[in-house]
Amino acid sequence: MSKINNILLAGVGGQGILLASEVISEVMLMAGLDVKKNEIHGMSQRGGSVVSHVRYGEKVYSSIIPEGEVDILFSFELLETCRYLPLLRQNGRVVVSDWKISPPAVARGVQAYPENLTQKICQQFPASVVVDGLNLALAAGNAKTVNTVLLGALSNILKFDRELWLTALQTMIPKSLLDVNLRAFEAGCQVK
Amino acid sequence: MKKVLLSGNEAIARGAYEAGALVACAYPGTPSTEILENITQFQEIDASWAPNEKVALEVGIGACFGGARALVTMKHVGVNVAADPLFTLSYTGVCGGLVLVTADDPELHSSQNEQDNRNFAKFAKVPMMEPADSQEALAFTKLAFEISEQFDTPVFLRSTTRISHSKSAVFLGERPTDIPAPKLERNPAKLVMLPGNARKLHPIIEQRTLDLEKWACQQSFNQVDEGAGEIGVITSGVSYQYVKETMPDADVLKLGMVYPLPKRLIRDFAAKYKTLYVVEELDPFIEEQVRAMGIEVIGKDKISICGELTPGRVKMQLFDQEAPTEDTSPELPPRPPSMCPGCPHRGVFYELKKAKAYVSGDIGCYTLGFMPPLSAMDTCICMGASVGIATGISKVLPEEERRKVVAVIGDSTFLHTGINGLMDMVYNKSTSTLIILDNRITAMTGRQENPTSGYQLNELEAPRVDLEQLCRAVGVKHVTILDPYDLALTGKVIRAEMARPEVSVIITTKPCMLVPRDNPIPRPPLLVDHDKCTGCKACLQIGCPAIVWDAEKKKSIVDSIICTGCKVCLQTCRFDAFQECGDKS
Repeated sequence: MSKINNILLAGVGGQGILLASEVISEVMLMAGLDVKKNEIHGMSQRGGSVVSHVRYGEKVYSSIIPEGEVDILFSFELLETCRYLPLLRQNGRVVVSDWKISPPAVARGVQAYPENLTQKICQQFPASVVVDGLNLALAAGNAKTVNTVLLGALSNILKFDRELWLTALQTMIPKSLLDVNLRAFEAGCQVK
Repeated sequence: MKKVLLSGNEAIARGAYEAGALVACAYPGTPSTEILENITQFQEIDASWAPNEKVALEVGIGACFGGARALVTMKHVGVNVAADPLFTLSYTGVCGGLVLVTADDPELHSSQNEQDNRNFAKFAKVPMMEPADSQEALAFTKLAFEISEQFDTPVFLRSTTRISHSKSAVFLGERPTDIPAPKLERNPAKLVMLPGNARKLHPIIEQRTLDLEKWACQQSFNQVDEGAGEIGVITSGVSYQYVKETMPDADVLKLGMVYPLPKRLIRDFAAKYKTLYVVEELDPFIEEQVRAMGIEVIGKDKISICGELTPGRVKMQLFDQEAPTEDTSPELPPRPPSMCPGCPHRGVFYELKKAKAYVSGDIGCYTLGFMPPLSAMDTCICMGASVGIATGISKVLPEEERRKVVAVIGDSTFLHTGINGLMDMVYNKSTSTLIILDNRITAMTGRQENPTSGYQLNELEAPRVDLEQLCRAVGVKHVTILDPYDLALTGKVIRAEMARPEVSVIITTKPCMLVPRDNPIPRPPLLVDHDKCTGCKACLQIGCPAIVWDAEKKKSIVDSIICTGCKVCLQTCRFDAFQECGDKS
């Protein structure tokens, strides 16, 4: 069986994770690959943990990534990243936005936000890419384009034709927000 | 043919369109909701939200009796509500085809139980198709309409969360151009289920199941994937994908129809293997029927009845192989969902907790009133149950405890099945208090319109049910309309009505913050004056995601990006530390 590639997206409801996984899936479909994606709706709008599975290759069966076979953990928040580290392959890598959002117990001052998460991620998975997503998004012109900045950084790693990404963004993002998103994508592409 | 990525729910909607359905009806429920939302793109289909699943099915039955093809969709527990018409529809059969989608939720991602609705197929004697991906979701929906008409029966299409909410590639087809025009035809022997008529139909539907079973043995939706020929697996639905993923060399009998089972096909398949597995989520539905045929299988002795399957769980449960799981250690605080910033329900639960109420809860966003720090919910069973449970528990309690009982229900859930409980409260002289949290929308499932919204599914304007008049009409004498953003008033009204030795209803009237048409004027966010904040943490007790404790400064801060300016926090602060942005008083 030919290799199936597995991307697990993780973050917090409201960060644009589902849109990001739509864009990735669309790129793979345009590249002529079989694609499946999977996520749990319903709770995402209420600030809960959100994950989305994207799998692509010649023929994909399960839409859930087999546990321990995640190639790339594509993550929008540090703590959420750490929850899913055990699901990565040994030589997997993490693309993560350096962003902390307090879960309820931390926001209420009952528990502390864990420390040194970036170090932990990079120690375990040395090929990881840490992106200053929020500042790059702000520089592009809109704090809500962090997901697009990250897609730019991911596109460097996946090595699909850049035109496919741009076409996917143009199809899926409303016209009024397209320019700022294209700038955000470009900023992400510059992250090495 | 055009190839697109569709979710299972989008594909079911498309399948109904390509089958020439004229009517679609539903009550929203995760994971089924997006089917009807997606059907609205097809102008040819009359799509509507019903107040509950029973009404939705009855509307579908009417349309099918008129000769149209009708799709009715609901979540698994919705079928419990619709079961009454369903079981007799099985006797009458159909005129136009009728397909009932049950979207089950193994793992309880967003449900109150984990029931396996394949049992309904057997119980109601209704055939059931089960797709394994989006392409099959589309194809099986079309096929289900054909089976419905060919065998004169309603047909179940069973989805699960991982089918409904997964996307995969789908080839689109066309809608037929020769859809028969609906017309009135009287056929009382078929459609009037009095004992004399129904008695004659019962043997006919028993024969129908036998005919379906024989027919299904020759259909390509029940297929064998040849493997290495050593081990055999019988499976269906999403479990098929996990089998293919984890047992690539197995021979697989994939069942597209899970009721009735194709017995001859199963017997022929089973005869080839020394080791035969049945891999299915939840109940041993296929397994028990296969065992009843005298065939030994490995099934629920290995695979858990509880929870959904994943590739890792199949490997672990069948073959004792290790499968890693996400990190659930306590150093990583969990991130459960919570009420949105500005939610009008928040203040009500804050005050209910302060009043030490015993809260009989219900199904909706407000079930999140259970979560800390609000922690103000004591029971929650099913849609509408808050009202009857409050009545029942009040019956058995001594006077001083009886007063603590308050039922809390949303507008949509109240109209779904709560209103019957209120009639009972009045009729049987309960003394409980009912709070209707009217935010004019079915919010939990993603903001669907209902009869209190003033709009229909297609966003056309509609009459609004006047909840106050409705409560008065069933005989409630004490109905109070309340602004839930006013904490002092909310607390006062709740305490007064709890003490009243008669039925009373409190209706809160502020809309869901996430509905733009109901919130035309944005309110400025608040900020915390750190000179005034003493770090007492009182504001943190309302559980608003926009208020965050700054552990270094030991003060509260407001996240101005998500704050909606509802000012509930401001009313909890004794030090006047909250102020509107730009307000330098």
